[in-house]
Amino acid sequence: MAVITMREALNQALREELRRDENVFLMGEEVAAYQGAYKVTKGLLDEFGDKRVIDTPITELGFAGLGVGAAMAGLRPIVEFMTFNFSILATDQIINSAAKMLYMSGGQFKVPIVFRGPGGSAFQVSSQHSQALESWFAYFPGLKVVMPSTPADAKGLLKSSIRDDDPVVFIEQERMYGNKGEVPEDPDFTIPLGVSEVKRAGQDATIVARSLMVPVALKAAEQLEKQGVSCEVIDPRTIRPLDIETIVTSVKKTNRVVVAEESHPFCGVGAEISTEIMERAFDFLDAPVKRVSGADVPMPYAKNLEDLAIPTVDQIVAAVREVSYLE
Amino acid sequence: MSKQQPSERSPKTEKSATGVMDEEASESAELSTIREDHQQAKQAQKGRLGGLDRETLLGLYYKMLLIRRFEEKSAEAYSMGKIGGFCHLYIGQEAVAVGSISAIRQDDYVLTSYREHAHAIAKGMSLESVMAELFGKEGGCSGGKGGSMHMFDSKVNFLGGHAIVGGQIPLATGVAFATKYKGTDQVTLCYFGEAAVNQGSFHESLNMAQLWKVPCVYICENNQYGMGTSLQRSMSFQDIAQKACAYEIASEFVDGMDVLAVREATERAVERARKEYLPTLLEVRTYRFMGHSMSDPGNYRTRAEIEKYQQRDPIKLFAASLREAGVIGDKDLAEIDSRAKEEVDRAIRFADESPLPQPEELYTDVYAAPLEKKPS
Repeated sequence: MAVITMREALNQALREELRRDENVFLMGEEVAAYQGAYKVTKGLLDEFGDKRVIDTPITELGFAGLGVGAAMAGLRPIVEFMTFNFSILATDQIINSAAKMLYMSGGQFKVPIVFRGPGGSAFQVSSQHSQALESWFAYFPGLKVVMPSTPADAKGLLKSSIRDDDPVVFIEQERMYGNKGEVPEDPDFTIPLGVSEVKRAGQDATIVARSLMVPVALKAAEQLEKQGVSCEVIDPRTIRPLDIETIVTSVKKTNRVVVAEESHPFCGVGAEISTEIMERAFDFLDAPVKRVSGADVPMPYAKNLEDLAIPTVDQIVAAVREVSYLE
Repeated sequence: MSKQQPSERSPKTEKSATGVMDEEASESAELSTIREDHQQAKQAQKGRLGGLDRETLLGLYYKMLLIRRFEEKSAEAYSMGKIGGFCHLYIGQEAVAVGSISAIRQDDYVLTSYREHAHAIAKGMSLESVMAELFGKEGGCSGGKGGSMHMFDSKVNFLGGHAIVGGQIPLATGVAFATKYKGTDQVTLCYFGEAAVNQGSFHESLNMAQLWKVPCVYICENNQYGMGTSLQRSMSFQDIAQKACAYEIASEFVDGMDVLAVREATERAVERARKEYLPTLLEVRTYRFMGHSMSDPGNYRTRAEIEKYQQRDPIKLFAASLREAGVIGDKDLAEIDSRAKEEVDRAIRFADESPLPQPEELYTDVYAAPLEKKPS
């Protein structure tokens, strides 16, 4: 298997699915001639032409809704948001149209569309360009929400999302585009949605982490191993529908859980996971579930403040030690 | 046709400090929106009768009357508690949906707002399925999950029923985009009220439509009120057809009380869409005789104003034109009316008898490809 970046893995997924199905097309700001603001769509215009790789005006509500309408009429659009921060302008169409169309129409109109782009914290771009929105989208029945943490997951999950018959919100982490990993070259390689992966097996405590927090949690697990605490790291990969079974199975083994996330804690995905664990495995817990979340403030610009707003290896280590009563 | 036909502009009306017009200003604005009196309108309409055969003319008349009777029965059923939630009636506007949809094919697409019963019926959906949807029954066109504001029928390419003002405009643009992408010659009609013109979705869509040349006909049903707020109180520049200039889109101002005028204007727009993949904006001036919804007390407009427009009732106008042209007589009119009433009665009976949706339906149709078990 070749070692490539997450950016390249996503590009492969797009290219393979555009080749596979004529009804797949890609649209968004700067995706074509500019080759993508983050170069995820590099070279696609050359191969597929401007009928299928389309530069849009800066008109997020408009092109998100256009995509939903095209999906209702039988196409499979991939709508790129230059960043998910701009998807906020399009939420009416994502939530009120894409998520609810199948239900409102009594099952007549499915909406096979992917809304994708970078999200989460970026590098020193302050409050409006650096935020995690997954809990917004995961709230709504009808949407699927996917967040990969490795290049292979990014490729396999994006291909599955494009082939899926429901609207999928696919959030790539802006800081992770350059991360490298082994990625299968087989064009039939996919990873099913709704399946967690145990990224590291362990016995003493479970760390549930997604997206940017997966590599951070794995580093914390390495440190904890040296301290005599064996950690299991689980990446849900799909936030909705959530594969809670894999998490609960792990909790029944380790009896201790930390949920790590870069998003705000209030009404977040970590809060949901904590509740589900409490509902399904309360009697197996030896300590209350502990969350490690991003600071509950808008993202600051200054480097030192920004570093303080994003969870660190040390915070996760301390949280695991706390639920293990080692402090 | 003339591109961007200038419409009659209202003389500048005085406004109070709050922007709410006083009595005098209101009166002058009201007069200015009536373009012709009943006699002039009839003369204009009779001039359009020539090209159409009797069957087509009677078909148009029947559809308008059917919708009128349907809406009257809907109001009755609503007051009896058989219809819940919001119920936005179309009475007064029948010429718009009927005239425009008569200009397209069955495989063309229609998307509209929440004031949609008429478009659904005009597009060919069964009256039974529309009424049963209003009743929240299993036999409804959306299985009882959509209600008055969310009707769909994939068999006749009726794609809803959308209840966020202006939300359907990008969707319709996307449907038209898809038909062009697939290389078909289908056309999409997109309806919305004049209040939706103030939404970003209208402007974003028209920009994309002309930029990418999509075969969509945007039909603004200007009934002059967004709920209880008049056009004068909500739009800085009220000549909606002219707004198409900003996007270099062809547009027309149409008398929405004349079913034949609406049909002809739509035919021109549809031809442009089908042959050249070009969008058009039609501003169709009309008036709703009922409130915004069934719960609207209607104290923002005068009885005199409503009565003035009722003189331009599109159904009465068309009946008079047809009678004077010798196309139909009083006996025909009575027969058509009883046929329409019978059809609506059948729809009511069907809706009454249709069972409620099964409780299991609560959890179906959330995902086309569900990956999880439903809650136990």
